[in-house]
Amino acid sequence: MIVELGHFCLILALILVVGQAGLAFLAVSNAQNHHWMHLPGSLATGAFLFVLLAFSALTFAFLHDDFSVQYVAENSNSRLPDAFKFSAVWGGHEGSFLLWTLVATGWTLAVAMFSGQLTEDMKTRVLGVLGFVNAGFLIFLIFASNPFERMLPVYPQDGSDLNPLLQDFGLIVHPPMLYMGYVGFAVPFAFAIATLWAGRLDAAWARWSRPWTNAAWAFLTLGITLGSYWAYYELGWGGWWFWDAVENASFMPWLIGTALIHSLAATEKRGVFRSWTVLLAIFAFSFSLLGAFLVRSGVLTSVHTFAVDPERGLYILAFLVVVIGGSLALYAMRAVDVKSTARFSLSGREAMLLANNVILVVTTAVVLAGTLAPLIYESLFEGDKLSVGPPWFNAVFVPLVTLLFLFMVLSPYSRWRSTAVSRIVVPAIGSLLVSVVLSSLFFWIGGASFEPVAWSYVTLALWIVVGLSWDMANNLRNKRDRIAALFGRSWSYYGMWLGHSGMAVCILGVAATLYYSDERDVRMQPDDVVVLSGYEFRFLGVDQIEGPNYVADRGVIEVSMDESPIASMYPEKRRYLSSGNVMTEAAMKPRFFVDLYVALGEPVGDDAWAVRVHYKPFVRWIWIGGALIGLGGFITLFDRRYRRRRQVREEVALEGAV
Amino acid sequence: MRRAVFYVPVACFVLVALLLAWSFTLEDASKLPSVLIDRPFPSFEQPTVLSGDLKTEMDLKGQPALVNVWATWCTNCLVEHPLFMELKDEVPIFGINYNDDTDKAKQWLRRHQDPYRFSIIDAEGKLAIDLGVYGAPETYVIDAEGTIQYRHVGIVSREDWALTIAPLLERLEGS
Repeated sequence: MIVELGHFCLILALILVVGQAGLAFLAVSNAQNHHWMHLPGSLATGAFLFVLLAFSALTFAFLHDDFSVQYVAENSNSRLPDAFKFSAVWGGHEGSFLLWTLVATGWTLAVAMFSGQLTEDMKTRVLGVLGFVNAGFLIFLIFASNPFERMLPVYPQDGSDLNPLLQDFGLIVHPPMLYMGYVGFAVPFAFAIATLWAGRLDAAWARWSRPWTNAAWAFLTLGITLGSYWAYYELGWGGWWFWDAVENASFMPWLIGTALIHSLAATEKRGVFRSWTVLLAIFAFSFSLLGAFLVRSGVLTSVHTFAVDPERGLYILAFLVVVIGGSLALYAMRAVDVKSTARFSLSGREAMLLANNVILVVTTAVVLAGTLAPLIYESLFEGDKLSVGPPWFNAVFVPLVTLLFLFMVLSPYSRWRSTAVSRIVVPAIGSLLVSVVLSSLFFWIGGASFEPVAWSYVTLALWIVVGLSWDMANNLRNKRDRIAALFGRSWSYYGMWLGHSGMAVCILGVAATLYYSDERDVRMQPDDVVVLSGYEFRFLGVDQIEGPNYVADRGVIEVSMDESPIASMYPEKRRYLSSGNVMTEAAMKPRFFVDLYVALGEPVGDDAWAVRVHYKPFVRWIWIGGALIGLGGFITLFDRRYRRRRQVREEVALEGAV
Repeated sequence: MRRAVFYVPVACFVLVALLLAWSFTLEDASKLPSVLIDRPFPSFEQPTVLSGDLKTEMDLKGQPALVNVWATWCTNCLVEHPLFMELKDEVPIFGINYNDDTDKAKQWLRRHQDPYRFSIIDAEGKLAIDLGVYGAPETYVIDAEGTIQYRHVGIVSREDWALTIAPLLERLEGS
């Protein structure tokens, strides 16, 4: 019953979003229908509530082990712990798309609620575009991916269990974060389409779009960071990025989104790059949809792909053609009339941001080419196969981002319009010298062997942070009340500061992990000791343990350094009861500077086991950096300028009341 | 001229969309039997992962067998791995270690146990190209003469084994 209600709620939600799009269109095309303009907002609220009800109904079916529902039977099991029954709701294609739709209607509701700055006309257009997009999602959900499908009258006694790889805390939070980012880009997309539709491509839309774009981008940053962390501890071989097709699918919108948040800054402040920024807003969402297509159509094989179903793929492709093709055609017709009037010089901040945009877009193109390479190659040379692996991606990606980081170092010193060259060169060289000294000290204190490449990247990372601090100090120099000046900058500035510093932390983590990690595969009998970078791993043996839905061999390893104990580690080899899958559950000892990582292999006779031990310095900094970048994005949302208009309105309202 | 520039994005998108649409015909091709069905296994002369002995397609002959394309970077290969461990005494399983690092492959086989009679090193994917491999994992059924009889794309599940592959092997052994 509840399940059928859930299905019914989806249908109601579809009717509401179709109404939302249709009424918005009627209201803006007929001036006399002006009084309809408040309707799309109410319909958006209703649509969100019904999708939320549908989502709750599916969750209910999971928590109550209703295996007559096909989706529940395929992705759950009565022995699955409750937390994982909950996350199993989005463990497969249908449920994860329901979550996607929930997030999409949620963003739409947020736009309807927090768009006090917008003109009524603009708000209606934006909600109309979002209603159209959400209708596409709901049609796909109801007709091609219905999670409420029953298997009656014969249904299984128990479910076939959630993929063990997904039975993990990381997977509870990773998809919702990622979807908040992916679908969040629908908002700047809707703003862009709405301005093209209205034919009013002014700087105001950039100011409206910025907080939404930053928020979506920050969520996407956290989502990708969580995904990378999950890959590290769950896949069991200590890597954190694989250039897998689906990882790339989330990385491309992030790269474009990064270009977009920078280009929006230039458009808002200086009115430059208008048509370019609109194009980026369209592209950011387009890459999100392309990602959904790649994951759900089964065109490319990867760790993440859902069950292959060409019919679904065709639907998404048709949707891509309508949404992306349509908006790019609209762009081609409308953006041509936009002319940027502001001028700037090569040393101005505009030029820096342009360099940032060009590099990021080229990088995205390269990642896209690599991801689609198997398809492109096969279409050109019929029958031949080619797959592009991590070495290729690293070879093209690293030089591009290194160039990007150099602009990142220089940009804080630049000013809008033009900057005296000495104002860039002097602090850049000064902070470089400081960074060289600091980085050499860092290597000397850490006692690490000298690797020129690692040292260069550590220096680069420090250069970014020292440069930012230099700029801040420079700003304080002439102020009377320095403390007030330190805390008196805009939230946007602090967000930028944190985001760029987070990138530096991330670079440092990557450089140290790549060059100073150590790993050994050893055969260990009880009481054997292996020493890795000064850490002694003593193997005590293996015992059997029983989990809620698996049995496991659990190794016990004592780690010590210079005779003093550091940790006990318990790597497991689990056998899941319902599916028979064997999973390696690595044990980790996370520390601020170093991760120790132990995975249990196979028994190799005489109580001996194959054991893999890793020493990974600074690996945690990669994700700490990612988290800081995301946090930086969220901090910019507090900027006063996004709330000023509303404050003025409230003040006016108060005065009126008095 | 200026106007034409604004049509570049939509033109690029059309190209990508055509590529994606075309990829569906490809998807079907991977489901349909391979063009190599009823053809002899492509010839090769490659060392094996563990011993380094040179092997050729002649070494696959003698009785019906499975040839499984695997790699250490392929997570799904680990999913079908327990089934192969159970089957290895029932039917010979040969491995093709596809686009991989041989040292890592050695470690992988030690860590997870080795279900294969031997695994051929195919580091550049040349043999995989001859076979038309779509991605790892992929599994071929060959008869005693080394003729390819069946191609399975993706994980071999217990169901695939019981419903399709085991009956086929039985038939091949009977004839």
